[in-house]
Amino acid sequence: MPNLFPRNSNSFLWWTIGLGGVFVVLLITGLTVFARTHNNQVGVPVEQPVAFSHSLHAGSMGLDCRYCHTTVETSNFANVPATETCMTCHSQVRVNSPQLAVVQESWDTGTPIAWNRVHDMPDFVFFDHSIHVAKGVGCSDCHGPVHQMEGMWKNEPMTMGWCLECHKSPEDYLRPRSEVFNMDYTRPRNQVELGAQLVQDYHIDTEKLPQCWTCHR
Amino acid sequence: MRKNRRGVLVLSILLALLLTACGRNMVEQPVYRSYDVNPYLPQGTNAHQPPEGTVSRERGAIDPAFFTGQGEGGMLSELPIELTTGVLQRGMERYNIYCAPCHNYNGDGRGVVVQRGFPQPASLHEPRLRDADVGYFFNAMTNGFGRMYPYDRVPAEDRWAIAGYIRALQLSQYGTPEDVPAEVQLESLIQAEADR
Repeated sequence: MPNLFPRNSNSFLWWTIGLGGVFVVLLITGLTVFARTHNNQVGVPVEQPVAFSHSLHAGSMGLDCRYCHTTVETSNFANVPATETCMTCHSQVRVNSPQLAVVQESWDTGTPIAWNRVHDMPDFVFFDHSIHVAKGVGCSDCHGPVHQMEGMWKNEPMTMGWCLECHKSPEDYLRPRSEVFNMDYTRPRNQVELGAQLVQDYHIDTEKLPQCWTCHR
Repeated sequence: MRKNRRGVLVLSILLALLLTACGRNMVEQPVYRSYDVNPYLPQGTNAHQPPEGTVSRERGAIDPAFFTGQGEGGMLSELPIELTTGVLQRGMERYNIYCAPCHNYNGDGRGVVVQRGFPQPASLHEPRLRDADVGYFFNAMTNGFGRMYPYDRVPAEDRWAIAGYIRALQLSQYGTPEDVPAEVQLESLIQAEADR
């Protein structure tokens, strides 16, 4: 019976192990470098159909985030306001402004304004706004100084490593609930003690927080 | 021998096909999210407008007075919820979010939106509104009033809390020194106000 495999097929095993190892090492390094350096659209304003200015509405005028993003405390999703919410004021204020033509048209025709998404979590991440807000994570901790932003962009990379910074040590970031919507909040000097106290008061389970299944369900 | 080479070749090609599974299909899973565009639905999005005449399960079905502010004898004159400090505090917080932009924090109707051109609403401290039933305010929040759009995006419980807080606001503007409890030093209040 002739040999089924040629003689050099013995070395095939070693080649596989060697190249496979190199491949795995390259893959891990490559992905890490990619995740660290990939710009992730941070700081790049997303073009919108209406030139809405947060710095005017939430900054100079001082409207509370929840005036428009009403569901943020009760839903996993912080709603984009309905055209009706815009029209609550703009049925009277700056009615004929060309900047508001798209809003007016949406109101007249009953067609929603097609806002472009700025933050898009991958579908394999379970994210819930309401629980973060309820446990003392401030709006500006993740979204940055929105009340000073003319356009809207992602202020943080929103990568898993970034999420874990807080999920591993929430005491470095938490605020009292009353300060969650305060856009000018700065962390006090005794943040670590305050944070540790809040972790206790708000019953935050620091064992569960960094587990895979907290976000990947 | 030649046969084996061909086998290895075929196997490599087949294995290479496995790499094509590395797509973004876990990132963009085929699920319906609220605001997604959906050409198969009549309004073009997953989020629907309720058909005209829809009665919300939340609204009216169980306790019409609670959800409209109107009972059999007209506007409710009493809060249908128990008035506690917590309710008033909630009312204050919600008033400051949703009402203060026009009605101002003190209720005089000169809020920041009014300063930018919205017609000034009546002061909450004028006699007509001081005499109005609490259900009147709830009804205005629920259905809108004049140029004011409905605020039914604020849950009914919160609208009642706001209505309760409006009463407190009204009281606040007509306070006299005698209203201050004996254990509070009036001077210290005046001093606190001056320091602010």
